[in-house]
This record gives sequence, C-alpha cells and structure tokens, in this order.
Amino acid sequence: MALLETKGLGMYFGGLKAVDNFDISVDEHELVGLIGPNGAGKTTIFNMLTGVYLPTEGDIMLDGLSIVGKKPYQIVNMGAARTFQNIRLFKDLSVIDNIKIAYHNEMKYTTVEGIFRTKRYWAEEEKAHQESLDFLKIFDMQAYADTLAKNLPYGKQRKLEIARALATNPRILLLDEPAAGMNPHETKELMETIHFIKDKFDIAILLKEHDMSLVMGICERIIVVDYGKIIAKGKPDEIKNNPDVIRVYLGE
Amino acid sequence: MAKISIKNYIMNVLAIVILYALLKFLIWNGVISRYYLGIIIFICINIVLATSLNLATGFLGQLALGHAGFMAIGAYVSAITAISLKGSGLPNTVMLIISLLLAAIFAGVIGILIGIPALRLKGDYLGIITLGFGEVIRVFINNIKMTGGAQGLTGIPRISNIDNIFWITVVVVTILYTLTNSRHGRAIKSIREDEIAAEAVGIQTTKYKVMGFAIAAFFAGIGGGMYAHYIAFLDPNTFNFMRSVEILVIVVLGGMGSLTGSVIAAIVLTILPEALRDFANYRLLIYSGLLVIMMIFRPQGLFGTTEFSLSGFLYKLRHNQIFSSRKKIEEGD
Amino acid sequence: MNIFLQQLINGLSVGSIYAVIALGYTMVYGIIRLINFAHGDIMMMGAYFAFITVFATGMPFYMVLIVSMVLAAVLGVTIESLAYKPLRKAPRISALITAIGMSLFLQNLALVIFRADPKIMPAIIPKRPIMIGPIQIGTVTITTIALSIFFMVLLDFFVKKTKPGKSMRAVSEDKEASILMGINVNKTISITFAIGSALGALGGVLYSVAYTQVFPTMGVMPGLKAFVAAVFGGIGLIPGAMLGGFVIGMIETITKAYISSQWSDAIVFGILIIVLLIKPTGILGKNEREKV
Repeated sequence: MALLETKGLGMYFGGLKAVDNFDISVDEHELVGLIGPNGAGKTTIFNMLTGVYLPTEGDIMLDGLSIVGKKPYQIVNMGAARTFQNIRLFKDLSVIDNIKIAYHNEMKYTTVEGIFRTKRYWAEEEKAHQESLDFLKIFDMQAYADTLAKNLPYGKQRKLEIARALATNPRILLLDEPAAGMNPHETKELMETIHFIKDKFDIAILLKEHDMSLVMGICERIIVVDYGKIIAKGKPDEIKNNPDVIRVYLGE
Repeated sequence: MAKISIKNYIMNVLAIVILYALLKFLIWNGVISRYYLGIIIFICINIVLATSLNLATGFLGQLALGHAGFMAIGAYVSAITAISLKGSGLPNTVMLIISLLLAAIFAGVIGILIGIPALRLKGDYLGIITLGFGEVIRVFINNIKMTGGAQGLTGIPRISNIDNIFWITVVVVTILYTLTNSRHGRAIKSIREDEIAAEAVGIQTTKYKVMGFAIAAFFAGIGGGMYAHYIAFLDPNTFNFMRSVEILVIVVLGGMGSLTGSVIAAIVLTILPEALRDFANYRLLIYSGLLVIMMIFRPQGLFGTTEFSLSGFLYKLRHNQIFSSRKKIEEGD
Repeated sequence: MNIFLQQLINGLSVGSIYAVIALGYTMVYGIIRLINFAHGDIMMMGAYFAFITVFATGMPFYMVLIVSMVLAAVLGVTIESLAYKPLRKAPRISALITAIGMSLFLQNLALVIFRADPKIMPAIIPKRPIMIGPIQIGTVTITTIALSIFFMVLLDFFVKKTKPGKSMRAVSEDKEASILMGINVNKTISITFAIGSALGALGGVLYSVAYTQVFPTMGVMPGLKAFVAAVFGGIGLIPGAMLGGFVIGMIETITKAYISSQWSDAIVFGILIIVLLIKPTGILGKNEREKV
C-alpha cells in the first residue's frame, strides 16, 4: 500500500484552477521528486498535503487514513513532516531548542509537572536533551547546539530545518525547494544529506524543486506538473526524454 | 545537567532569602520608612503584573493591551471574596490565599473566554481587540452594583503586607520561570518565533496561545488581588487603558521574553516617578521623555530576550569576562 | 420623530469630528504601520493652539483654524522625525511604546504649561440656531459637519490627483518598490504626518468649540474613539476612516440618547470587538493571508 496517496486532488482559487485532478502515490522508503516550472502549482500541492490549505476537491490518504480537513499539527503527528521554501526556523532560539520543540509531543509531562519540576520532568527533559544532541551529531552540528538559529550560516539553517522536521519522527518528509538560494557546492552537499537521511531514517521523501537537473541525480521517480496538472510521471531517464517536459522547460 | 541545576537552585534560594532578611532588617531598624515600604510593595505588584504580561506578549508574542482588565477582575473578585469572608474568623493568610486563588481562577477563566475568539487575530488587531475587552471590563465594573460602581469599593480587608506580598511575588516569578523553561514554555516561545513553523512541527498552536494568554490573565488576577488588599479601596478608573500601557511599558523596557528584565524594569519604573517627585509637575513630563529616549536608544529593551542569571554573572565575573567583553567591543569600534 | 432627527444630526456632527481625527490615525498607519497613540494629543495641542491664537490675536474663526492646523502639522512632523524615524527598523512594539510615551509627553507638557483646569474655549463660531423645518440645528453643528466634509473631499482629491498624494499611496502599498521608483519616502512620510496632524487639529478645534472646553487630557477619549473608528472602517484606508467615524459617532449619540450614557463606551467597544471578530481588517478592509 502507498504511504501517501492523493485521489483527484484539486484546488480552485475563485475561478482559477491552481491544481486539478492531481493523483500521486509515494511508497514507503521512496524518494520522489515533484518538479515543474515556477507557478505550476507545486506550492499549492504542498500546502494541501500538509494541511495549510483545504483542497477544493479530492482526497489525501496518509497510510490509508484521510488527512483532508486535519490541522497541520495533526498531520505531523500522523507522520508527515515538512520544511519550507523560505526557511522557517525559530530564529531567536538556540539550535538545540529548535530540535527540542519538535520533540514536544514525545514528552508527556503535564504543565503542572513542568512548573514544579517533578522527577518525570527531569527524566524526560534529560532524555530530550540527549536525543537532541545525538540528532545534531548526526548532522554534524553539535558544535552549534547553543548558537541562535538566526546566526547559523545559510546552508546550516537549511540543514537544521530538515533535522527539526525529522525530529518529529515522520514516515514521510516533504522538502519544499531545499536548494533554493544555495550555491552549487551547498546544493551538492544538500543532495548528499537528503540521500543520507533517507537511508539513515528509513523514510519516504517527497522533494519539491523547480530545478530539474537537481532532482535527476537522486530521485527514484519524478512527477512533473505544469499549470496545475501532471504532465509526466516516471523514472529520471524517461522524464529527461519526455517531449512534454522538454517543451515545458525549454519552450517550443 | 541536574547537578548544575541543584547548585543554581541553592544559589537562587539563598539570594532570595538574603534579600528578604535584608529587607526585614532594614524595616526593623527604620531605614525603610512606611513611604519606602509602600514603594517596595508597589514594585512587587508591578513585578507580578509585568512578568505575567511578559508571558503573553514577550514569550507568546501576542500584543495584549488589556492587561489592566484582568488585573481589575482579580482585584474585585479578591476584594469581594475577602469582604464576604470577613466575619468567618479565618486567619488573614488563609483568607488572602482563598481570595487570591479565586481571583486568579476567575481572571484566568475570563482570559480563556476572551482568548479563544481574540487570539485568532494577530499583531495590532489583537492589541486593539484586547484594548476593547479591557475597556468593556472597566465599564462593566463601573456600572454594576456588586462592585460599588463608580463610587468605588470600600471596606476591603487590608490583609496583604510586605511579607506575604514578597513571597507571593517570588512564587509567581518562579512559576513563570519554570513554566517558560518547560516543554510547554518552549511551545509558547515557538509560536512567538513562527506560528506556521510551530504548527508544522506538531505544536497545537491554538491551545498554547489560549493557555499562555489565560495563564497571563491568571497571574494578573493575583496582581490585582494583591493591590486590592494593600490599598483596601478600589476605583474602577484605576484600571483604565493607561494602566495596561504602564504594565506593557515595563515589559518592553525590560525586554520581551526576559523575566529578569521585567523584574528590573518594574523596579526602575516604579521608583522613577517617585524619585522625580521633587520635580512636581515636571515629574511625568520627564518620565515620558525618558521613556521615548530609552526606546530610541534601546528598542529591544534592557535585556532583550536573555535572562540575567546569578551563576552566569558570577562565572563571568570570576573569569573577568564582563570587562574583557567590554574591551572587545571597544577594540571592535 | 423630530427629536430622533435632531439626534441623527448630532450623531453626524460627533461622527464627523471622529472621522477627521480617524483620518490621521489611518494615514499614519497606512504609511508606516504604526498606531500613533500621540495623535489624540496632537488633537489636544491643536485645540490649545486655537485657544492661544484667539486670546493673543482675536483673529476670526477661519484664521484661527488655519494657524492651529499649520502649527499642529509642524508639531506632527517634528515628532515623527525626532521620535519615530529612528525606530523605523526597530521591533514594532518599541515604536508603539514610543508613540505612547510621546502621547504622555504631550499631555504632561500641556499640563505643565496650561495647568490641569479646563480652559473655556470662546465661542469663535457665532451661535445662532438655524431652523430647518421643525428641526433646530446649531451653527456649530453645521460648521462642524460642513468643514469636516470639505476637508475630506480635499484630502480625497489630494490623495487621488496630486503627485505627493500618489506617492503617499505608493509608499503605503510597498515602501521598497517606491524607493526604486524614485519616490522620496522620508518626505512622503513627513507630508503624511503633516496632513494627519493638521486634520487632528481640525478635529481638536471643532471638538473644543462644541464642548467649549480645552484641557490636557481632552484628546484621550476622542482619540481612542477615533482610533476605534479607523479600525472599524479598516485601518489604513481613508474611506474606511470616514465611514468608521460617522458610524461610531452615530452609535455613540444614539446609545447615549436612547439606551444609557454610562454604557455607551462599552457598546462602542463591544461593536468594535464584534467587527474585529467577524472581519478583522474592518468593514472596508481586504482579508490578507500569510504566504507559506
């Protein structure tokens, strides 16, 4: 069974069909690319998948359960985490606190226990602290634990945002143009990171990108959208030679 | 982690006990007169009001311009409770605790009722709607019989004194400190930083917004109660929009998201108008002028979002970092 | 019925004062996104300027009004350049506190100079009741309504047809883009403050003539109500401020006359709350959504 599946998904803004009849499925442990030129409707799709927008029509299933109408935090708790195109970190908090916030639901102590600092508070906080540090170690960022997120270099900010999403313990990770604003060197490093986390955390990834060359190298399957509709699906090689895709990307 | 914390606890508890002993000693030998004692009590009340507002505005990031409304609710509920308990023979402290708890719960519940619809708004709009609620509360109190209306409420037992006010203040600030450093506090801070991102990592933003707002109202209720039992007379117009603004000024000046900043700003801003008393009519002119100047030169407040910590300060002092960091800045220039 | 019509006209008069004051709030908010809490006090200063001018020179009403508006404009621009300009990049709440500080400063300045006791504003508009059918209307009421409408039409023309007016709209739409288009943003902001403050003074003069009093805290309540009016109509929008002013003035007058004068403030703020909950951006405002 597919982990993430959409059926006839559509979003209309007034009379404008931003997304129409959008069907995809992502299997477990799969790395799928969602590409298309600017304005193709990719952002709208992402916002529907993560509960920011309510689709006008169609259904989204996460592990067999419909997530349409669910709030973003509910969808996270059901196992789909995301990042944002224009990095959204908790800028004035430390790097480790950024991770700990994602651990929020892992901890169970109540407000009163937190205020009076019971044994459970200490135990869970200690555990969260240790796990967050381990997490940062995986991304080679433990040295930055107490740095404010806003003071990180750009590439590290992207990494932190991905790390934070992974800390919610998702089964599928939705990456929203993670290479935006990066130089070629940073992009290459990022692609390695994406590949690494897919294996390390054994999760599925849906990677949204507008630069086609970037996803070719790492994605197992690619979905191309234009004007809100899917124009091609398939393996990177098939996509590369698809006349519709070439037309969209290079013009006639 | 736990070991360092225990050391910190002991140090902070010691510092507070020493402060209290010093205060008692100075009162005993007459250095602190009745007048100064009154100022100290007002400092404590302002600390409670400002730290609680800081939770809503500094930590949660929601501009609230109606804090005096919650203070008013607390003051009146506490006063009316104490008045009705007057003949019951309860010891004063018990009476005070019952009155304050009831006041806090009442204010907190109203906080939830206002918070649920109002917190859907953001920024300035939220500020305006809380201002509106604050004014509505004041007009209500002004016009119903139970509160004594515009004539004010008299006969309130004068049961708060420097001892209980000091310790209530310590307890309130401590609770707010531990709260803001728990997972719930982090959830609250994450909403200030970026609401959309907070929701995207699984934080129930609506729940924590209402919770932060209601807890702020809860403690504002306690602050109002402390005030009522010290002044022993309530005039609804004390709790007008300007009162909300005074509390907000303390929060912003101290640093949004810094409890220690609020404490220090409460001390400074309570003493300042008193210290300027010799200037008679020019007092508030100077006060407001200074306020504008302070904002221009330090818009992030005295402490920004950082907390002053005794252990951190001592560490820096021991390692001479305070002077060396200043030197570094000078060299940098 | 006649009494009701009478009340409607009173409401219109109060509303037009709120409307001109609300314009100042809304223009400043539109251009720098600041709730200028000192605006109510600029209105108060405008009333004092008029009061002094009358006593010092005995000039006729229209001259007094012009002097007061010009002085208030100078005051507004000065406040902006001294107190608000340094804070344009600071957190918005700091700018808000500065505006509140400025409001207190002006109030206390007036208190120090003029003392707390209210000054009686001379009847600079000759008081002659005019009968329209069975309804009796005071000249003050008519002048208030007529002058407010005159200045609103003038402002509308200025904003829509003149170059500085267009710059103003451009800056409030997108500051960065305006800079790129060669608009002098600082100058435009100054002009906005000048006009807003002059309109505040107009409101102040009319208010003090209508209620025959001038005192240091006179700007607080009308300022707050005018601000409510601006939000009601949609803050940042000029037609919104006008509409809001009239509606709030009308509601206030009617509730005072027919329901209860003690509760009228609660009703005004209650309506504000309801409007904000249903349509946070005000009656004429457009709903905006944060981009993800």
